[in-house]
Amino acid sequence: MTDLPTPVEAAAPEHGWRDDLRRLRGSVSFVVGAVIVLFWVGCAVFGQSLVPFDPFADDLMNSLMPPSSEHWFGTDQLGRDVFSRVIVGARDILTVAPIATLLSTILGTALGLTMGYFGGLIDEVSSRLVDAVLALPTVIVALLALTALGTSTFTVLVVIAFSFAPIIARTVRSAVLSEVSLDYVAAAELRRENTLYILFIEILPNVMPPILVETTVRLGYAIFTVATLSFIGFGIQPPSPDWGLSISANYGLIGGGFWWAVLFDCLAIASLVVGINLVADGMESTLND
Amino acid sequence: MMLALLTLWLLSVLIFLGGHLLPGNVGRAMLGPLADQAAVDVLNHEMGTDRPLLVQYLDWIAGFLTGDLGQSYAYRSPVAPFLMTALLNSAKLAAVAFVLVVPLGILGGVVAALYRGRAADRILSVVGLSATVVPEFVSGIVLILIFGIWLRWFPISATWVDGAGPLTQLYHLILPAIPLVLILFGYIARMARAGMIEALDADYTRTAVLKGLSYPKVIWRHVLRNALLPTISVIATQTVYLIGGLVVIEILFHYQGIGSLIYTAAKKKDFPMLQAGVMSIGALFALTTFLADLLYARLNPRIRFGGRE
Repeated sequence: MTDLPTPVEAAAPEHGWRDDLRRLRGSVSFVVGAVIVLFWVGCAVFGQSLVPFDPFADDLMNSLMPPSSEHWFGTDQLGRDVFSRVIVGARDILTVAPIATLLSTILGTALGLTMGYFGGLIDEVSSRLVDAVLALPTVIVALLALTALGTSTFTVLVVIAFSFAPIIARTVRSAVLSEVSLDYVAAAELRRENTLYILFIEILPNVMPPILVETTVRLGYAIFTVATLSFIGFGIQPPSPDWGLSISANYGLIGGGFWWAVLFDCLAIASLVVGINLVADGMESTLND
Repeated sequence: MMLALLTLWLLSVLIFLGGHLLPGNVGRAMLGPLADQAAVDVLNHEMGTDRPLLVQYLDWIAGFLTGDLGQSYAYRSPVAPFLMTALLNSAKLAAVAFVLVVPLGILGGVVAALYRGRAADRILSVVGLSATVVPEFVSGIVLILIFGIWLRWFPISATWVDGAGPLTQLYHLILPAIPLVLILFGYIARMARAGMIEALDADYTRTAVLKGLSYPKVIWRHVLRNALLPTISVIATQTVYLIGGLVVIEILFHYQGIGSLIYTAAKKKDFPMLQAGVMSIGALFALTTFLADLLYARLNPRIRFGGRE
């Protein structure tokens, strides 16, 4: 009878997750947001093999053709198919932004746990540094760093990670503050557990819901930031069919009536960030209940 | 106040180091790889870029405090006049955005709170949240397409002819201001809603209702005043994010403000201009935070600076 599962321990966390998932499925914003986000993730992963035209292939004889049955979203200055470019354009931003967000979450969580748990001078000093970083808009920080270090995807990642980490740290810190006075932390301390064990094994699982929500919100802003940087020429570089980059290359044409070269990319960015935000909104109202 | 100054000092160090991460030979960068070494040395000496970092930092800070912002590498002339014109232009644009968004945001938050949990509340919250996350250049381009090109209601460039009157200037600034309004609306409405709900649930509101005051009077005299306090601090912090948005908006609408100044300086690797631009944003942040604290105290009878205990 040794292989019998221990019912209490095994069932409790599973029930919690299932319960959360079931309630998330009942949230309209979460479901709508998730469908939009999954659509773009699908485009990012499989888009290249599904699109009707090669998004990189020039066709100068057919440049700036309006939408038609052949080119659903028309063609751009170089005659490339806008529909194919919009679909494949999801790829780079959906690589850079999530990695940057993940980095900032790891950094911010570690910082927030430390600040909240130790308090005192560490908390004071870090809070001031956080305030200093938050005093500048991310785009400005990015411009400064990209000018000093040169334009590269790596720099974009680092800048976003470092400017978002303090925001996540602040959220984690306030969640940790309400945990440190609880009995289980005192018990772990009395057992003389390692500090890292207390921080990451004892406290971290209990502050996961706010971290998850904040990470999702940050992902939306990471996309916002990467798109903006690409638009001003400091983010994703050509010849990527990235949305911000395509808009930057073609928005000069809208005065001439060639709206299709930018409008669909605009709608793509807008739908992705709104989708992520709906997911975050659904998560927040579900997990906070 | 001390906190704001401390933040500002930390920021100055970060900005200065940021500008000096690049290996320091400014003279070489400006004159190009083919220039004579002696000429490079002379230029470096003239601009003071051959001195130790700490000396350069102290010199920069001292200059900043006395209004000497250094020489632009790109224009070979003082930074200050460029910065002043840019700040003035951006202030006009920001003013138009604020005049539109503050009443709208507060109204949105108040309506959402009064219809808490009902359709109006949900719609306002989803619309507000969505508007907040769409990048300014995306909403800007869609607005240009619809109102500038298809309907032809507004000019698509924010730059007016020299000597244009205030009304013409305003007319040029409305379209560029709307993307900023969209970004800020959600934040302000959310804070106003939270503040309203807290005030609506407070004991003093119940007392006011129970002593027989009319509903509008309760809302106007007791709820609103308390509800809007937290909103003030949000509006102050958002000013800075508004400046981040200015970079994109000013490029998109061809407007000579602080955002396009920073962008051009970054493109041209004009560090004195870039540092002065970024530092002035930091100073602006410290100033708005300070002013918001003062206003907060002025409106909140429970806080009085230097009052008797």
